[in-house]
Amino acid sequence: MSQSISIPTLAEMIQEGKKPEVLFWVGCAGSFDDRAKKITKAFVKLLHQASVSFAVLGTEESCTGDPAKRSGNEFLFQMQAMANIEVLNGYEVQKIVTTCPHCFNTLKNEYPSLGGNYEVVHHTQFLKGLLEEGRLKVEGGQFKGKRITFHDPCYLGRANNEYEAPRSLLYKLEAEIVEMKNCKQRGLCCGAGGAQMFKEPEKGNKDINIERTEQALDKKPNIIATGCPFCNTMMTDGIKNKEKEASVQVMDVAELIAQAKDI
Amino acid sequence: MTLLPNLIFAILFFTGIAVFAKNVKKIIRNIRLGISENRSDQSPLRLKQMLRVALGQSKMVSRPIAGALHIVVYIGFIIINIELLEIIVDGFLGTHRVFAPFLGTFYNVLIASFEILALLVIVAVFFFWTRRNIIKIKRFFNPEMKGWPKTDANLILYIEVVLMSLFLTMNASDFWLQTKEVSNYSLAGSFPVSQFITPLFDGLSVVSVIAIERTTWWLHILGILFFLNYLYYSKHLHIILAFPNTYFANLQSKGQLSNLDAVTAEVKLMMDPSVDPYANSPEDQEIVKFGACDVVDLSWIQLLNAYTCTECGRCTSECPANQTGKVLSPRKIMMDTRDRLEEVGKNIDTNKGSFVPDGKQLLNDYITQEELWACTSCNACVEACPIGIDPLSIIIDMRRYLVMEQSSAPSELNNMMSNIENNGAPWPFSPMDRLNWKNEL
Ligand code: SF4
Ligand code: SF4
Repeated sequence: MSQSISIPTLAEMIQEGKKPEVLFWVGCAGSFDDRAKKITKAFVKLLHQASVSFAVLGTEESCTGDPAKRSGNEFLFQMQAMANIEVLNGYEVQKIVTTCPHCFNTLKNEYPSLGGNYEVVHHTQFLKGLLEEGRLKVEGGQFKGKRITFHDPCYLGRANNEYEAPRSLLYKLEAEIVEMKNCKQRGLCCGAGGAQMFKEPEKGNKDINIERTEQALDKKPNIIATGCPFCNTMMTDGIKNKEKEASVQVMDVAELIAQAKDI
Repeated sequence: MTLLPNLIFAILFFTGIAVFAKNVKKIIRNIRLGISENRSDQSPLRLKQMLRVALGQSKMVSRPIAGALHIVVYIGFIIINIELLEIIVDGFLGTHRVFAPFLGTFYNVLIASFEILALLVIVAVFFFWTRRNIIKIKRFFNPEMKGWPKTDANLILYIEVVLMSLFLTMNASDFWLQTKEVSNYSLAGSFPVSQFITPLFDGLSVVSVIAIERTTWWLHILGILFFLNYLYYSKHLHIILAFPNTYFANLQSKGQLSNLDAVTAEVKLMMDPSVDPYANSPEDQEIVKFGACDVVDLSWIQLLNAYTCTECGRCTSECPANQTGKVLSPRKIMMDTRDRLEEVGKNIDTNKGSFVPDGKQLLNDYITQEELWACTSCNACVEACPIGIDPLSIIIDMRRYLVMEQSSAPSELNNMMSNIENNGAPWPFSPMDRLNWKNEL
């Protein structure tokens, strides 16, 4: 079935006189990072299953500017933002879904005052909507008896107050959902935010992702679920560091739903 | 009857208030050194936020023990201040318990509840003191908590106990005099707590007990005037500033950073060749500094934040960088900002109203670059602060200065940024490969 999924760009769609229901903003990690690309693919499979008409920007997409902004480079951020807004407004984009909480936050909160006004949703929110509308069905089955703990991405949780959407999807898996000592509003960062992903950490006595991985492992999970490609990298590194790859998987919520549906 | 005590009272009272007013003016002047930022929108929502967070203490209870103790002290503090009203009127008029005849039994209820609260405050303060000095809770022992901040925190606890004890002793001696039917001490009030102190006075002469009653009365009011003026030098300023601070606190999503308008103007200019770069004559163009290297580059909200900080360290204890041994502590960011602002303020005072450069600034002299670069912008500190302080915004403004004015970001970040500039992604991948994953489906 995989061959049948077509990934049209917005340019192609518009040329055919069609307008997608939603634009999928893939993000830099989702486009280039090997691990994150798997999340991208899982998500488009779900979109396809639910018969969502979507498009991507493809080569017209460019970094939202989040890591530049959080490093203090407001110039570079605004240049990126304005270039992206020009593209998005050119296509009269109204609704955007993204698998990256950083893209989500930036597009949703920081683009409007520069002229980019869109309805922006995180993929867990979008999937939740599909389930509620009955366009997507999930049967837990294969996750029965598994323990899953959810790591809240800072830019989905604290930054935008979304704690429930990813959890509501996980509950569908009929697994045992266990909460870490620090969760939701008090969730501990994975260590990647604020452009830390791209540099070595400052001197300290531990890396942040190790601390967070330890908190997760305290709950003896089979799966650490998250909703951010950067959190995914950090937690995966943490699990490797603890030599637990054999027993603990780090998975995006979208991947888990796709796996539950055997796609 | 001599008027001397009334006169002395009036002089002390007005001096106390005048000194306090002078300090308040100074604080307002210093906060106004910050750049303007409009936070006058959505007043109903702001009012609600203030009532909920400052008056209602909604965020204190996320730590149940500290929260409960704090609420006791806080309610005690507010309610007992009603008693203060009577003390002030008595002081001016030379009366004694002037409200008693008007309020009747309600007066008894009031005094009784003050007493119970006073006792509860003493108990709560005991626990607070234990947490700081015996259990030594970690967040009270970060490096920035040495010296005055540590002394200050304990001093406040001692002052509270002294004030409450004076209040109870005053009532106890009054009650003793009332039962002895000494003239001027007519039966008024009900004393559920201090009645247990009263027997201690048995065997003393009426004159001595009157002396005790008067002394504690005076010390109590003097103590309160002292406390009022102590606030300025203390983290205890939050009992006042928590209100404006929560009122003016950010209402947007925490993830939203401001977009610098000055940058927007320049970027538009760069992107649109039709705009005449010389449209504005050079005279009207102030040289704008991007980001912040000193307190005057921060907004007045950030400076208000700095004066409001209670040094509780909830932010620091939630900070992932701090938890893993990095030098960054969001509480220190706030304390440094306040200390530097105070220094700038004193400089202005000694130089007759204008700031004379002192060769120092907030960046490097107070806050190091190592601290700034350790932040993950996770917002844990902002979420944790019980009174709406935003240390992250200061960190970002200072990073902006480092990057846009000094080009001194860590080299890996410079690489990341040049990647974005050249290929539209933080990694060195070609933009043409963006959709390659499509072929792997
Ligand atoms: S935003 Fe920065 S300073 Fe605040 S808690 Fe997170 S890492 Fe620490
Ligand atoms: S910023 Fe807020 S949480 Fe941090 S020490 Fe100050 S008052 Fe406490």
